[in-house]
Amino acid sequence: MEIPVGLGPENGAHAPDTGQLSRDGRWDTGRLYLAIAKGAFRRYSTYRAATVAGTVTNTVFGFILAYTFLALWQARPGLGGYDTAQAVTYIWISQSLLVTVAVWGGGFQDEVQDRFRTGDIAIDLYRPVDFQGWWLATDLGRAAFHLVARGLLPTLVGALAFHLRLPTDPLVWAVFLLTVLIAVVASFGLRFLVSLTGFWLHDSEGIRAVMLVVAMFFSGMLLPIGLFPGRLGELAHVLPWAALIQIPTDILLERRTGGAVLTGIAFQLVWALVLLAAGRAAQLLATRKVVVQGG
Amino acid sequence: MSLIELQDIRRSFTIRTKAGRLRREKREVHAVDGLSFSIDAGECVGYIGPNGAGKSTTIKMLTGILVPSSGRLRVAGVDPARERVRLARRIGVVFGQRTTLWWDLPLRDSYELARRIYRIPDARYRANLDRCIELLDLGGLLDTPVRQLSLGQRMRGDLAAALLHDPQVLYLDEPTIGLDVVSKARVREFLREVNTRQGTTVLLTTHDLVDIEQLCGRVMVIDHGRVVYDGSLDGLHAAGQSERTLVVDLAEAGPAIEVAGARVVKVEGPRQWLAFPAQQSAAPIVAAVAARYPLADLSVREPAIEDVIARMYAEVAIG
Repeated sequence: MEIPVGLGPENGAHAPDTGQLSRDGRWDTGRLYLAIAKGAFRRYSTYRAATVAGTVTNTVFGFILAYTFLALWQARPGLGGYDTAQAVTYIWISQSLLVTVAVWGGGFQDEVQDRFRTGDIAIDLYRPVDFQGWWLATDLGRAAFHLVARGLLPTLVGALAFHLRLPTDPLVWAVFLLTVLIAVVASFGLRFLVSLTGFWLHDSEGIRAVMLVVAMFFSGMLLPIGLFPGRLGELAHVLPWAALIQIPTDILLERRTGGAVLTGIAFQLVWALVLLAAGRAAQLLATRKVVVQGG
Repeated sequence: MSLIELQDIRRSFTIRTKAGRLRREKREVHAVDGLSFSIDAGECVGYIGPNGAGKSTTIKMLTGILVPSSGRLRVAGVDPARERVRLARRIGVVFGQRTTLWWDLPLRDSYELARRIYRIPDARYRANLDRCIELLDLGGLLDTPVRQLSLGQRMRGDLAAALLHDPQVLYLDEPTIGLDVVSKARVREFLREVNTRQGTTVLLTTHDLVDIEQLCGRVMVIDHGRVVYDGSLDGLHAAGQSERTLVVDLAEAGPAIEVAGARVVKVEGPRQWLAFPAQQSAAPIVAAVAARYPLADLSVREPAIEDVIARMYAEVAIG
């Protein structure tokens, strides 16, 4: 970890011993990322009109899709192993997670893309903060805001209008929140990779469009993955997008219990770590390209 | 010991241009071509040159976000590209056309973030922030979101953000671009304060020569990736062979007057313009004119530094 360098005489005069320093360093780094995340949370909360519009959109879509699912489940009761109440709950939870987990992309991506366009991306490179860490902290702050504004509120409306199957055990809720956190990290990992293509392609818009369709389908956003037939279903279950919506929702619906909860979390964690590591490697390449070839 | 040192720095880019349907041609462009200079701690140096001269490339290499193709480069004892993060704690950068501030949040939040990024000790942070607030008159702006600030206010905000961690070197890329006269004056006054009181070394890139006239004891002119002039601003006049102008109003219109050491460049009725080398005294010329012609009035015009530099750019372009 980067250790603060004593610049002025005051700083160097009473430098603590090395052990202390590295612990302080880690503590400082933690506080820095917390400050970044808090800032991001507040930045999103500044745009009240946009937030209200977004929340209304999620709620309206929640209603439309809930009625669609009701009709579908009336024709095919117990489809995919979900009963009708579970199917409707699935809709509301996935709507809540849609923006929080940024299944369709967005969040920090829009900002990074803007910074590529204006060249501000150079500023990010000379800041003594890790590029990936900076944007991950930003995205976690954003997700925390969206979980409340675009997740909690529509779900409350949904719960008033429909009969939802929500767990009563607080532990299930706690585990659900943990899986949402990991889902955001995994989603960040995917989006970070997409954004980094900007270093080579100047514009990651095209790849983002493709990713949007793939993510919508394989995350379980359109339909629960369990409904996909045969090979397609098997494939969907092992792709990283399953970590975004399907696993957290199944845990909240208590369709995953006991050991299945743990394997679900493990699946999410593996993908999150793999994606972050890939992002880190891509970042090294990108930095080299900019620094060596001149962006 | 010098704080910034460049020895025969070169930087070339490969540019691919379309040549036909599929074929692409590769071309080497030398943005910086054998640049050598050194800057001592506490100096304030103006770094000027026409567009595309290699100024930004130099700044990028000095901040470590671009590695030189060859040559030796040291800033505050550090190889910038190799130890970018370490260097970042010792330098401050302000780009007139970019901002490091958090666009949607109050100015104060960006400073709090800088405090965490640079791990500024609490006492130092407060002292530095208070000083910046006072000198840049930021008191009333701290709670205003950055997007609502005027360009001049934002620029002041950016300057403060770049100085909270007591950098040894401050790079400024066009810090007064787009600012009105009052804002420009305020920014310059602040920079002078930072340079003289704090002893912060300043490297200033600008197209506004007033910035340099008012702030920099030393100016470097760069063109085609090389230093073509390095010295005092006054020396630039000599190097650029600039001329002063003596404007004389004679009692009546007449033919061009003849005086040793000056030549008439323009005649307009009784008024005549005489040019002579800038470093030469006007007194003997005035005396000679007054002795031989009936003088009604006279004035001496100093050469505009713009003209000198424009001529210098043009010469380099031709040579």
